[in-house]
Amino acid sequence: MVQWTDFERATIKDIFSKIDSAVVGPAALSRCLIVYPWTQRYFGSFGNLYNAEAIKSNPKVAAHGQVVLAGLEKAVKNMDDIKTTYKDLSVLHSEKLHVDPDNFNLLSDCLSIVVASQMGEAFTADVQAAFQKFLAVVVASLRKQYH
Amino acid sequence: MLSKKEKKLIKEIWERLTPVAEEIGSDALLRMFTSYPGTKTYFSHLDISPGSTHLNSHGKKIVLAIAEGAKDISQLTVTLAPLQTLHAYQLRIDPTNFKLLSHCMLVTLACYLGEEFTPVAHAAMDKYLSAFAAVLSEKYR
Repeated sequence: MVQWTDFERATIKDIFSKIDSAVVGPAALSRCLIVYPWTQRYFGSFGNLYNAEAIKSNPKVAAHGQVVLAGLEKAVKNMDDIKTTYKDLSVLHSEKLHVDPDNFNLLSDCLSIVVASQMGEAFTADVQAAFQKFLAVVVASLRKQYH
Repeated sequence: MLSKKEKKLIKEIWERLTPVAEEIGSDALLRMFTSYPGTKTYFSHLDISPGSTHLNSHGKKIVLAIAEGAKDISQLTVTLAPLQTLHAYQLRIDPTNFKLLSHCMLVTLACYLGEEFTPVAHAAMDKYLSAFAAVLSEKYR
């Protein structure tokens, strides 16, 4: 079981209460598709991903970004058992979507960058470490059902 | 591969950040030490606590080297030759750590530049820092 310090718990809840979820999800996903273009392989049905502008204004990317963030918010509500919370999601990504789990790290990095630019100075080294620990647990849970 | 546009963007960003090299560098290092404690093992001979002289001077050194490389990215191997030797034969920092510092540098830039650190700038910067790290580890073996 993951051990969370009081600081980490408070920090995660604080981050998710502060960020604009309608913005962060879409921004992180579009950033991932732009910075790591090979991740576009999973989004063939999304239409125009031809350049940064197209990706940023693509409504399917935006909608999916919101889905991803809603998933993260579920993890925040269940911080003490993210593994169980994400069991079905893990199976989905492995069996149906066939996503290489290394991609989860790429999206995680983009989430850190987007949250950092939203929070500015408030995203201190300690806050970053707590956020990245949270994302690491999320990624590990998503990887769990890959066999 | 960096396009002409990207090289220009990188050069401009680092030109602007050179006056605050100490602030940017020490911030990135602190983030790395906090998120990835294993990286502290390379600095056991220094005081790298927040705000320390060593943290500031080391951070400044690193950013100035990155900025110097950005002035002419096509000449990276020439510019970094002395640092290549230093890292290969003296420091011998495991190259996986370069990725960790690069990530923290990107976070620092995101905090400092905010909205200006657009996805396009981020992509260019990530590519530059990867190239920088690759050149730095060229003499390792």
